[in-house]
Amino acid sequence: MGKPMKIRAAVKDGVTEVKILMQHEMETGLRKEADGTLVPAWFITEVKAQYQGRTVLEAQFGQSISKNPYLLFHFKGGAAGEKVTVSWVDNKGDTRTDEVAIAA
Amino acid sequence: MSMEIDLGRRKMLKVSGGAGLLALFGSLGLLQSGAALAEWNKNAFSAKNMDEALNALGVIVPENNAASIQLTVPEIAENGSVVPVTVSSSLPNVEQISILVDKNPNVLAANFTIPAGTEGMVTTRVKMGQTANVVALVKADGKFYRVAKEVKVTAGGCGG
Repeated sequence: MGKPMKIRAAVKDGVTEVKILMQHEMETGLRKEADGTLVPAWFITEVKAQYQGRTVLEAQFGQSISKNPYLLFHFKGGAAGEKVTVSWVDNKGDTRTDEVAIAA
Repeated sequence: MSMEIDLGRRKMLKVSGGAGLLALFGSLGLLQSGAALAEWNKNAFSAKNMDEALNALGVIVPENNAASIQLTVPEIAENGSVVPVTVSSSLPNVEQISILVDKNPNVLAANFTIPAGTEGMVTTRVKMGQTANVVALVKADGKFYRVAKEVKVTAGGCGG
């Protein structure tokens, strides 16, 4: 199980803003250790955000996304107290799911 | 049960390798949306140059359209390992947003599927090995649009 995400969701004028900070090394597979050994690729490949069972964003990532990936997006709708759920899968099959209540 | 859900379950089983996790996802309602995760586009993400990546994304000839896509990137990135990128589009019915870096070893950084009800805007952070063009590709109403901006990198994002 991956490390927990930080998620903030806040609704204003009928639009919910979601900010996600994932904790992940996002190794490219091209970086070498000091002794010259290659660090194997290890990165998040897919992210999915859902609001009340409805998918509000799907992302596919490559190796070029920064360590500890950050995402910000807006979707229409949302009310204070309702839940936004985010889950990711990495190239080793590890997953993490977190949810947050929408703030007013 | 729809075919899509079934596929989603199979995929989750494959990646989690355990029925316990499956039950957890099920209880969180992640499998109830009826939409399975789109398959990770291996060809596009392993593309070594822009043409390969665009081909793998199914783009024929994207129109350059700076007016309808806003690509916000720093002019100079002091740290290439964390370069903020915002793509936002005023086009109606944005379906997909992709972010590419033309001189990275793997040019495609991210590919976003934008469902109806989600605004055509996304912000993330990418790694850049050297000074390069950041390309935003937007698919709206079935047509592709593209805009590019150069970011000068003073320290690369790959330990260099």
